[in-house]
Order: sequence, then structure tokens, then C-alpha cells
Amino acid sequence: MLVNFIDFLRDRLPQVIRLCYVGLGLLVLWDIFFVHKEHAHTWAEMHIPGFWSIFGFVACVLIIIISKWYGHLGIMTREDYYDE
Amino acid sequence: MMSNFWLHPSIILLVGACLLPFIPQTLKKVYLVLVPALAFIDVLYMHNGTFGLVQFLDWQLTFGRVDGLSKVFAYIMTLMCIIGSIYGMHVKNDWEHIAAWSYVAGSLGVIFCGDYLVLFLFWELMAFSSVFLVWFRGRKESLATGYRYLLVHTAGGLILLAGFVLRYQATGGDLSFGPIGVDNPSLYTYLIMIGFILNAAVPPFHAWLPDAYGEATVSGAVFMCAFTTKTAIYALARGFAGMEILVPLGVIMALYGVVYAVLENDSRRLLAYHIISQVGYMVAGVGIGTQLAINGACAHAFAHILYKGLLFMGTGSVLYMTGKSKFSELGGLYKKMPMTFLFTLIGGLSISAFPLFSGFVSKSMIVAAGFKEHIYWAGFLLTLASAGTFLHTGLKVPYFIWFGKNNCSDETWEKAADPPWNMQAAMIIASFLCIFIGCYTPYLFDMLPYAEAAAEYHPYTAYHLSESLQILLFTALGFFLLIKKLAPEPTISIDLDWFYRMAGRGFLWLAKKPIQWTDNCVNEFYRYLGLIPLMTTARFWSWFDWNGIDGVVDGTARSVRNLGSSLRRVQSGQVQYTIFYAATILALFLVAYALA
Repeated sequence: MLVNFIDFLRDRLPQVIRLCYVGLGLLVLWDIFFVHKEHAHTWAEMHIPGFWSIFGFVACVLIIIISKWYGHLGIMTREDYYDE
Repeated sequence: MMSNFWLHPSIILLVGACLLPFIPQTLKKVYLVLVPALAFIDVLYMHNGTFGLVQFLDWQLTFGRVDGLSKVFAYIMTLMCIIGSIYGMHVKNDWEHIAAWSYVAGSLGVIFCGDYLVLFLFWELMAFSSVFLVWFRGRKESLATGYRYLLVHTAGGLILLAGFVLRYQATGGDLSFGPIGVDNPSLYTYLIMIGFILNAAVPPFHAWLPDAYGEATVSGAVFMCAFTTKTAIYALARGFAGMEILVPLGVIMALYGVVYAVLENDSRRLLAYHIISQVGYMVAGVGIGTQLAINGACAHAFAHILYKGLLFMGTGSVLYMTGKSKFSELGGLYKKMPMTFLFTLIGGLSISAFPLFSGFVSKSMIVAAGFKEHIYWAGFLLTLASAGTFLHTGLKVPYFIWFGKNNCSDETWEKAADPPWNMQAAMIIASFLCIFIGCYTPYLFDMLPYAEAAAEYHPYTAYHLSESLQILLFTALGFFLLIKKLAPEPTISIDLDWFYRMAGRGFLWLAKKPIQWTDNCVNEFYRYLGLIPLMTTARFWSWFDWNGIDGVVDGTARSVRNLGSSLRRVQSGQVQYTIFYAATILALFLVAYALA
């Protein structure tokens, strides 16, 4: 059943992706127009529309790029590095 | 039930472990659930108070301090022991169960102890029993990894010991384990703290964790990921609430784990790095030290034990069935292991703090406490780390094992299937609890040590929902846009264990090359200049003594030697003869005595 469901989604991948983009858009709109910001902690959260969307995306990109850069400085090495 | 009756749950587990080899095979599976279940019920019906006082030499030892803080930790530890034992039910090696239960007993002993002496006893029990969970993997690397693990924990234990001995001296004989006075830290405060944070895997004392957990047995890792670090969090929450240095240390941990998780190719080592990251939140929570933050640390430890156990069970199932744990040797398995995928995904969503899953109600408590105390940098960096958590555990692990490029060999593909019923049952229980905690907050919140602060905290506000969903879903967007960069690479990452691994190698080289060479030189020198002349002189004097002195004087030496050779025949070197002669002589003496 679960496998069938996954296959169902995979067969319609372009539609699923489009749906996801629509979902993301709706989420940002909901945040901008309907969510009260009085519980926000900082100025940026209150005044930048979709602050946490930007934060999430930038965080993800930064983490991947900085980590991979660090890894390729020589931290990532061959698997038998410690073997004698 | 008598109100002053108190049974230490560790006793149940230790006695249960001792009896395990004598349980008939048919009853063993029931027994494996029964013993941890009894310990769980024991904890469930505990009343607050101080129990188990024992006078030992000059000290009064406290084995049972029961209060809000110790109860919530003991509850989740014994619960996890049940789940772990169900997961490992098929394991035939009794010793593995015995090691696991002793390990849990050690953790419970630390949680209930009231003084440093008892704490140290159980602290070491944890290290010495858990190392077997690595060794029982039985690979060549397991042995070395186990010894490294033991070495690091022994060093940590010694630092802890030094700390509380100094404290004992400085305070004039105080052994009690409680808030240590973080406002005026002295040398012993830091030593005890280092002892604790080594077990919590705070950098630079963290490298033992991925090293050992990646190498442990399939069910051993499920136990290990729960107990050592979270027991250390308990100890920190008890002694070091409000210790400011723990805030930056916790934030560094949270980010450090995320960075290494990007680089990691082994699924279980990736999860191990995420333990460091998640425990970072708890360490930071302890450092913030407000009631909300301590509640958050406890709640997050509680939720973490379940979802991390679940994740290790999921990847452990893949390892158990296929023999593989590296992303570069897996992929596309959703058709073969759909249930395992579902459970792992639930674990992934829980650790990522998705709404309706356990991490959402626990992790946010710590972040909120940070913002509330206006430690904004910590709040933002911890939020950044949580994007990283979703990136790896929620997306990378499920994607590269169950989807993505199929890197499986024919053999791996053939072997892949959902694991035996007991492993699935354990994952069902853990999955249920992860969702239950996320949906029904009073279950967890009512157990927290500060009831008022817990009652005031509401995770399900529109703002928090919107914030979390935006961070998570836009992280997912970033993941799918940059997915090529994340493709698994068959590498290992050098971590700070490099220093002691290389130091060990350096020491070996030192011993083999310069030290042995010097030793040889000295030996040769001694042989030529010392031994040879000495032997020559000795030989001369021996000749002189034998032929000159003994011959001239009375021949004593000759007679002694002759007697010696006749006695030698009696001494066959076999025990039965010796006993026989001894008994005979004894009998002769007895007879002589009776007759006299």
C-alpha cells in the first residue's frame, strides 16, 4: 500500500513538484497576511516579510556550502586512512 | 504498598541480567520484556523522597534521591530499555543483553544517586558495560574502537574523580551531589564539569561518540544512543544549571554536529553526529539555566531518546538486513523496506521538530528560553542548526537510503527486506510515542521538573507553527536544489580523534624505534663491558671455590648436591604427588602425636 502510494506520487513527479511550490507560496502568504507577529523576538522577524522562509533557505544553502568547503580542505579523506 | 519501601530499579536490571543465562530458551523472549518492564513499573510508582541510605566507612551514601528531575529521566530511561530490549530480542548472545542491562543500571544509578561516590561507581559501570556493545560487533575494528572508547571514558572518569576529591577537600568533607555553585567556579568545578561534558560529547571531547556508535552492534547502538549522553545531561542539569560557558559550548556542539553530518557517508555515523548536535541544545538549555530552559533540556532529552532510538533502529534494520550502512552502498530501497522507511521518516520528522512530532514541543522550549533571556545569537544559531537537522536526518538519510541513486549491489538488493517482527514492534512503539508526545503535550509537560513553567509554555501558536514550517520547508527546497552537492562520497572525515589515534601510533613508533634501539645499545654495551668480564671472573671463582675451598675444607657442597639430586626424584612437579606427600607427612605427624 505504502509502496503503491509512493509509486503513484513518483509517476506524477512534475505535478507533485508544482504542488509543493504552490504550498510554499501559500505558506509565505499566510505568514505575511494572517500570522500575528506580536510574539516575535526581534525587529527583523516583525518587519521582514517571510523572514523565516529566507532564514530557512539561506541556512540550508550555507550549511551545505560551508560544510562541503570545509570537508574538501582535507577533512574528508580515503576510507582506509587509519588502516596500517 | 508501604510508603517507605523503595527498590532501586538498577537492582531489578542487574539481578535480571544475572539470571538471564539460566532462563530456558522458550521463556527468554518474555523475560527480556518482563525485566525492563518491572524496572519501569518500579519507577512509575516511586514517591518523592530520599531512600537507600547506606553507611560506608565515614560516609553516608545516598542511592535513592527521588524528585521531579530524577523521575522524568528514570522514566524515559526505563521506557527506552523496554523498547531496546524488544528490538534486540532476536539476539542470541546473552552477554549482549547482560551488557545492555548493566549499562542501563549504571545510568539509573547515576540518576538516583545523591553523592559523588555513588555517582562515580555507576558512572564507571556505564562505561565498562557499554564497551561490550561495541566489542560484540566482532569485527577487527570493533576491538580497537572499544579500547579507544574505554580509554577516553576512563580518562574522563579520572578527571571527574579528581574534581570531586578536590571538592571534598575544599569543602571539608562534602560529597553530596547537587547544585555545585556556578557563580564562584573553582578548579574542582571545572574538573567535574569536564568529566560530565566528556560524556555529553561536547567538543573537543566528542570524537569517541561517532567512533563508537558507528561501530556498535545493531541493537547495542540503540542502547548507546540513549543513555550515556542523556545521563550526562541529567548530571549537568542537577549540578550546573546556569553555568554560562555551557551556552556557547552547546551552540558550538549543535553546529559542529551539523557540519560533520553533511560530510558523513555512513548512516549510523551521521546519526551519531546528530546526537552531538541535539545534545548541544540540551547543554545550551542547562547553560541558560532558567526554569523554562531546564524544563526544555529535560523535555528534549526525553523526546530525543525516543526519536534517536527510532532512527538508530531504522538504520540498524537496514544494516541488519543488508549488512550495509553507507549511503554509497545503498539507495532506492523503498520497494524492499517500506515499513522501515516509514518509521525512519517519523524519527526524522520528530528530530527536525516538525509540527505534530515530538521535537516540535521539546526543542522549541530551549530556543524560546534563549530568546526570552535575550540571548539572541544563541537562539538564531540554534534555529540555524535545526535547519541542518532537517536537512540531514529528515531528508538526507531517508532520501539516500530509500530513494536516490540505487548503489546497492545485487547481493544487498537481494537481502533487503523489512526486519523481523520484534524489530518492527519496537519501531512501532517508538513511532507512536514520537507522534503522541507531539500531539498531546500534557503527557510530557506534566512530567517536567518545574510544573509552573511547563504549564505556561504553549508550543502550538500560529507564530511558532508558521516559523517552523517556513524554516523546514524552505530547507527542503534548498536540499532538492542542491541535491547534486550532497551525493554520497565514499570517504571518512577526520575528526579530533585523529590526535589520539595518531598519538597512539606515534607512541608505538617511539617504543619500536628509538626506545628499543637505545635499549639494544645499552644491552650490547653492558654485555661487552659488564657481563663478559663479570662472567669470566665468576667462572674462575666458582672453579676455585669448588675445587679449592670445598675440596680442601669438608666437601659440604658436594654432599648437598648429592642430596639435592636424590630429592629431585621425589619432586615430580605433579600436584597429586605433592598433595600425597603432604598428606602422608601430616598423617605421620598425627599418628606420632596420638601415640605420644
